[in-house]
Amino acid sequence: MIEEATQYHVNEKGYYGRFGGAFVPEMLYPNVEELRKNYLQIIAEPSFQTEFQALLRDYVGRPTPLFFASRLSEKYGTQIYLKREDLCHTGAHKVNNTIGQILVAKRLNKQRIVAETGAGQHGVATATVCALMGMECIVYMGELDIERQASNVARMKMLGAEVRAATCGSKTLKDATNEAMRHWINNPVDTHYIIGSVVGPHPYPDMVARFQSVISEEIRWQLREKTGRENPDYVIACVGGGSNAAGAFYHFLDEPSVRLIALEAAGKGLTSGHSAATTALGKPGVLHGSRTILMQTDDGQITEPYSISAGLDYPGIGPLHAYLFDSGRGEFYSATDEEAVQAAFELAQLEGIIPALETAHALAHLSRLGARAHEVVVINLSGRGDKDLATYMKYIQ
Amino acid sequence: MTNRIIHLLQVSPKNLLSIYFTAGFPQLGDTRAVLKALQESGADLVEIGIPFSDPIADGETIQQSNQQALDNGMTLKLLFEQLASMRQEIAMPVLLMGYINPVLQFGVEAFCQNCQEVGVDGLILPDMPLEVYEEEYKELFEQYGLLNIFLITPQTSNDRIHQIDYLSDGFIYMVSSASVTGAKSGISDDQEVYFKRVKSLGLKNPQLIGFGISNRETFLRATKHASGAIIGSAFVKILRQTSNLEKDIHTFIADIKNR
Ligand SMILES: Cc1ncc(COP(=O)(O)O)c(C=O)c1O
Repeated sequence: MIEEATQYHVNEKGYYGRFGGAFVPEMLYPNVEELRKNYLQIIAEPSFQTEFQALLRDYVGRPTPLFFASRLSEKYGTQIYLKREDLCHTGAHKVNNTIGQILVAKRLNKQRIVAETGAGQHGVATATVCALMGMECIVYMGELDIERQASNVARMKMLGAEVRAATCGSKTLKDATNEAMRHWINNPVDTHYIIGSVVGPHPYPDMVARFQSVISEEIRWQLREKTGRENPDYVIACVGGGSNAAGAFYHFLDEPSVRLIALEAAGKGLTSGHSAATTALGKPGVLHGSRTILMQTDDGQITEPYSISAGLDYPGIGPLHAYLFDSGRGEFYSATDEEAVQAAFELAQLEGIIPALETAHALAHLSRLGARAHEVVVINLSGRGDKDLATYMKYIQ
Repeated sequence: MTNRIIHLLQVSPKNLLSIYFTAGFPQLGDTRAVLKALQESGADLVEIGIPFSDPIADGETIQQSNQQALDNGMTLKLLFEQLASMRQEIAMPVLLMGYINPVLQFGVEAFCQNCQEVGVDGLILPDMPLEVYEEEYKELFEQYGLLNIFLITPQTSNDRIHQIDYLSDGFIYMVSSASVTGAKSGISDDQEVYFKRVKSLGLKNPQLIGFGISNRETFLRATKHASGAIIGSAFVKILRQTSNLEKDIHTFIADIKNR
């Protein structure tokens, strides 16, 4: 049983099965190593925990509610609960991680923060905690995403962050991540890189998963309080890099009765050539410091993903998810742009909640789930849809 | 036959000039022409870059050469085809340098086998971790006669440098500053302190200094502290602008080596 209890967590070498590791050039090694040596100890310090918990409560607004969605439940003939990460300060789960990481950065005496962002949610969450802590903040964002996500660019700037355009390659999240890593190579001593998902070299995937694990920690006691049950039957989350899913799955990883369901973005369809469904279309490989599953050509060049939601527009998934997929512990499906938009409108009109486009992919799975009347389904509502209104408006006649 | 890199460093361990260039750049079919011109103009060894879509340790110049090579249609498979008969005309040591993902997709053993067949002497795979090399690839590389070259930087601890020295054969690639390629030019006094520190460690492997070397002045300054120096971005810039590949390569190398 002891082995059971740890098999889905990172091992001491930084791997989840054959995935993970720290595939970084020597120029990044000292930075990553400094973090690896210190992160567990820092997180375990009582003073860290006190500060972290207080900020999650008073600043982020945790615990976020676990809401019984009665009309949605009625429609699908099962018991559906929504974990309301959309109610977090800044509008998504991303801030759980940035709060944790900035507290780590402070304890490592870093003066400056660098981050990457796709949709801008992680960039906003990073700019927010930098303002809170009075730290300098540089956010790299693909030139195309800067155009697509103007309101989040404005938010970051208002929060005092410098937004720098990634102009190389495909000019989206993957390239912003490359630029952030290059920035860290060029500024190894005084800068901390706040990565936005459970990706990157070890210890990032584990560290980010730990900071997001508050999601499933709360789901557990909230569900017990509301239903008397220890575990749900299903936990459903969308996966870009996989941080909200990692947080929602975390405390259920070793509960085999809980089905862990991950939704990737199929874009215009799996075979359309315009998709971001990594597990369906990818192969094992190395990108951004870890061995994981990636969308790539036969020659090993990373291919550009597509999704209507900029936050799922990433050609890989975190190594934990690659392992969950590979081992069969996680079930991976995908939803198309159309299915996601439809699910977003359904939630808006049945429950009065406008979800983020990313989150809408998780909701889209309800129609195919086939859950029974007595079963409990928890959907991680990773973010709110304010940032996506321009897209949604195109679907309102 | 002894490995060409080891042989070179034994017979002339001083003032060596190594040149990096991206395969399939500026034109898809230029790889061999660049290689030949480099040998004829007096470069001592070369590092042929395997283009990759996401070169996180490279600055703009090499990023762009990678992207253009890929746009030209360059692949690792094609590179081995281009290099197939190179040993009929190229005597200097040849290394392949690149990120690990294309190698993994090609298949590591097939990659090693192809390297041996075309006459590659060594590999520089900057994002391959030390432990992965030791546990998974060392034996394979050795079996195919390939030296693995590791990088060290000003931030690399003495302990780790010793560990790298122990695992290395050929030379150690001494990155001159904490930066991506092509970011900084010139060599500062701080960097000389680092070069001297490394020199004082009594390593079994000679060192070649790379990053920030762009002309005769920086070449001479670097080679005071090491067996040789490596030029990448400055050379790639020449390739990007040239209308006469051979002539411009000759001029560039002559300026650095013999003036
Ligand atoms: C609301 C929301 N959900 C999900 C994601 C995807 O990221 P991850 O898979 O790391 O949760 C994003 C990313 O921007 C997001 O903004």
